[in-house]
Amino acid sequence: MDPVLLSRLQFGLTAAFHYLYPPLSIGLGVVLVLMEALSLRRRNPLYQQMTRFWVRIFGLTFALGVASGVVLEFEFGTNWASYSRFVGDVFGSALAAEGIFAFFLESGFLAILLFGWDRVSPRVHMLSTVMVALGAHFSAIWIIVADSWMQTPAGFHVVRSALRSRAEIVDFWAVVFNPSAMVRLAHTVLGAWQAAAFLVLSVSAFYLLKRRHVEFARASMKIGLILAVGASLGSLVTGDLSGRVVARYQPAKLAAMEGHFPASAPAGMYLLGWVNEAEQRVTGIGIPGMLSYLVHGDTTAPVTGLTAFSPQDRPPVQPVFQAFHAMVGIGVVLIGLSLLGAFLWWRGTLFETRWLLRIYVVAVLGPQAANQLGWFTAEVGRQPWIVYGLMRTAEGVSPAVTAGQVVASLLLFTLIYLALFVLFIYLLDQKIRHGPLADDLAVAYHRK
Amino acid sequence: MTMPLDLHVIWFGLIGILLTGYAVLDGFDLGVGTLHLLTGKDEHRRLMINSIGPVWDGNEVWLVTGGGALFAAFPEVYATVFSGFYPAFMLLLCMLIFRAVAIEFRSKHPGRRWRQVWDVSFSVASIGCSLLLGVAFGNVIWGVPLNAEREFVGSFLGLLNPYALLVGVTTAALFMMHGAIYVVLKTEGELHDIARGWITNTIIFFVICYGLTTMATLLYIPHMSRHMREHPVLFVLPVLTMLAVANIPREIHHGRDFLAFLSSGATMAGLMALVGIGIFPNLVLSRPNPEWSLTIYNAASSPRTLTIMLIIAAIGVPLVLAYTGSIYYIFRGKVKLDAMSY
Repeated sequence: MDPVLLSRLQFGLTAAFHYLYPPLSIGLGVVLVLMEALSLRRRNPLYQQMTRFWVRIFGLTFALGVASGVVLEFEFGTNWASYSRFVGDVFGSALAAEGIFAFFLESGFLAILLFGWDRVSPRVHMLSTVMVALGAHFSAIWIIVADSWMQTPAGFHVVRSALRSRAEIVDFWAVVFNPSAMVRLAHTVLGAWQAAAFLVLSVSAFYLLKRRHVEFARASMKIGLILAVGASLGSLVTGDLSGRVVARYQPAKLAAMEGHFPASAPAGMYLLGWVNEAEQRVTGIGIPGMLSYLVHGDTTAPVTGLTAFSPQDRPPVQPVFQAFHAMVGIGVVLIGLSLLGAFLWWRGTLFETRWLLRIYVVAVLGPQAANQLGWFTAEVGRQPWIVYGLMRTAEGVSPAVTAGQVVASLLLFTLIYLALFVLFIYLLDQKIRHGPLADDLAVAYHRK
Repeated sequence: MTMPLDLHVIWFGLIGILLTGYAVLDGFDLGVGTLHLLTGKDEHRRLMINSIGPVWDGNEVWLVTGGGALFAAFPEVYATVFSGFYPAFMLLLCMLIFRAVAIEFRSKHPGRRWRQVWDVSFSVASIGCSLLLGVAFGNVIWGVPLNAEREFVGSFLGLLNPYALLVGVTTAALFMMHGAIYVVLKTEGELHDIARGWITNTIIFFVICYGLTTMATLLYIPHMSRHMREHPVLFVLPVLTMLAVANIPREIHHGRDFLAFLSSGATMAGLMALVGIGIFPNLVLSRPNPEWSLTIYNAASSPRTLTIMLIIAAIGVPLVLAYTGSIYYIFRGKVKLDAMSY
C-alpha cells in the first residue's frame, strides 16, 4: 500500500479521535467558570452541585483528550519527518509554545479543579477553574496558529542549504497572525463551545424527560442554552468570515467546497447536491449567485473555479463538497434548535416542551459531527498540499518509515481507539445515569 | 573542548533541563506504576494511584513540551529520531495512552475484574514507558546508523542492542527507586512500611545496573568520556553523582525521606549531565560514520527561531515553575482518600 495514504489515514484517524474531546474540555471550561461564578456569587448550593457534577464529566473528557493528544505531538516526527525538517523552524515554535503556555497551565490547575476542593479556598478554586479554561483556550490558539500556517503560510522565507531547503521564520508575529489564523481560531472555539453547550442541553433534557434532578436540570439547561445561542450564531458569522479568507487565499479549496468548476464565472451555493466530477457539474438545489455574493458582495462577480488549476493541484471535490455542506446544514439546524429553545424559555414553556427535549437529548451529536466535518473540509480541502502552495503532502512523509510499519501502527491505534471510545461512552453514560450527588448539595467549602 | 556559549549550546542545555525535569517528575510516577502490582490490596493500590493523582498529568507535560522544544530547536533530530525509531515510539505512545486511561478508568467501577485489568495496564505501561525511554537514550549514547541525508537506515531490532537494553533496565530501576521513595514520602501506615522494603531492594537493583552501565560505557564507548579526559575538572560530576546515589540509603536510614527523594532527583540530574557532556556537541551520533552525525549546529533551527524560543522560554519557564511549585505545595503531606479520589 501507499505509505503516503497510510500516514494520512493514521494522522486523520488519530486527530479525529482526539478531536472528540478537546472541544468538550474547551467548552465545558467555559460552562464550569459560569457555574462556579454563580455558585460563589449566589451562595446557592445548587450551583455548587452543578459545578461538581460537570467537573466529573470534564475530568473524564480531559483524561481522554490528554491520552489521545500525546500521539499528535510526536506524529509529525514519526510519520511526517520530511515535513518536520522543512517546517520545524516555523511550525515547531507554535507546538513548543503550546506546551509551555497551555499544557502546564491546564494540567497544573486541573489538579486543584479535580482534587483541591478541600485544600484551597473557594476563591482559589474558582481561580483554578478559570486557569484551566484559559489553558484549554491557549492550547486552541497555538494549535490553530500552527494549522493555519499550513493553510495560509506567512512570515517566513525558504532557505536552500547544501542538504535540503527549509522554511525559516522571518517575522514571528506574521506567523502567529497569518491570514487565516484568527478567524479560524474564532470559528473553532465557537464550535467547541457548541459541543459543550449541547452536551449540557442533552444531559439536562434527559433528566427533565425522566423527571429526575429537575432543579439541577433546569438550571444547567439555562446555562447550556445561553452558550448554545451565542456560540451557534457566532459560528455563522465566523464561518462566513472564514469563507472569505478561503476565497482569497485558497481558491481551489473554496471551489471544491461548492463544486465550482468554471475557471471564472459567477457561483451559486448549494443546499444539497452531488458532484459529477467527470462532467464537471453539480446536481442539486441551491441559490444562484450566492457564493459570488458572499465572497464579493455581488451575485454576478466571478469566482475562481477548479478548472483554473491544473488537475494535480486540485483537492478531492466530492468529499470536500459533502463534508462542507453537511457541516453547514448541521450548523443551521443547531442555530434553529438554540433559538427555539431560547424562545420557549422566554415564553416559559421550555421545560414542558417534551418533543424539543427529546431532540436536545440526541442533538449532542450535532456539534461533534459538525466539528469533525469542518476539520475534514479544511484539511482535505488543503490537499494536495501539506503547506499550501509550498510543499506537497506526498513530499512530507518519513522516508525511513515503511508502509508495513504504518499498517501495524494504524491497526494498533484503530483497535485501541475503538476500545477507548466504547469505554468512554460507557463511563459517560454511567456518570450521567448516576446523576448529581445529593452530598454535593450539602458540602460547603471549607478552608484549611 | 571549546565551549562558546552560543544559542546552540544554550538550547542543548535547555533541552537537557527539560528532559531532566521530565525524568525527576514523571520518573517517580512511572516508578509508582512499576511497583503498583507489588501490593495486592485495593486500598494500597488506590493510595498509590492517588499519591500521583493530582500531578502525573503535569509531569507528563514535561515530555510533551520536551518534544515540542526539540521540534522547534532541533527539527532534524525530532524528524530523524522519531521516524527512525518508529515502532518503538508507536509502542511508547500506546503505553502512554494506556497509562493515562488506566488511572482514570480504574476507579470508575468497583468490580474486581475491572480493576485488575486497569491495574495490569497501568503497571505494564509504566514499566514499558521506562524501558522504551531508556532504550531510546541508550541508542543516542551508543550511536545509530544514519546516512548522508541524516536519515535513520537501521532496523528496529538493531535498536535493541545489549547496551541500549542495559540503559533501558537501568532507567526502569532508577524510576523504581525514585517511585519507592515517593510512596514512602506520601503514605503512612501499612503501605508506608511495605514501601520502605521496596526502597532497599530498588536501591540495590539500581546500584548494580548503574555499575554495569558505567563499566559498559567506559569499556565500549570511549567517546563518552572524551571530554572528561581532556578536562579533568569534569570528573567532579561523576563523583557528585556517585555521592548523590550513596546519600540515598543514608538519608533513608536517618528517616529523612524527603532528602532521600531530593538525592534521587540529584542522581538523575547528574546522570543526565554526564550523558550531555558525553555526547556534546552531537545530539545523535552516527555509527559507523560519525561525520553524518546530527550535531547541535547542523540539526538546529535558524538563530532567529532559537532566539524567539529563548524569549518564549524566558517568559514561560518561570510561570511553569511557579505553578508547578504551588501545586506540589497545595498537595503536600500524606495522601488521604476522599470522595473525589480515584
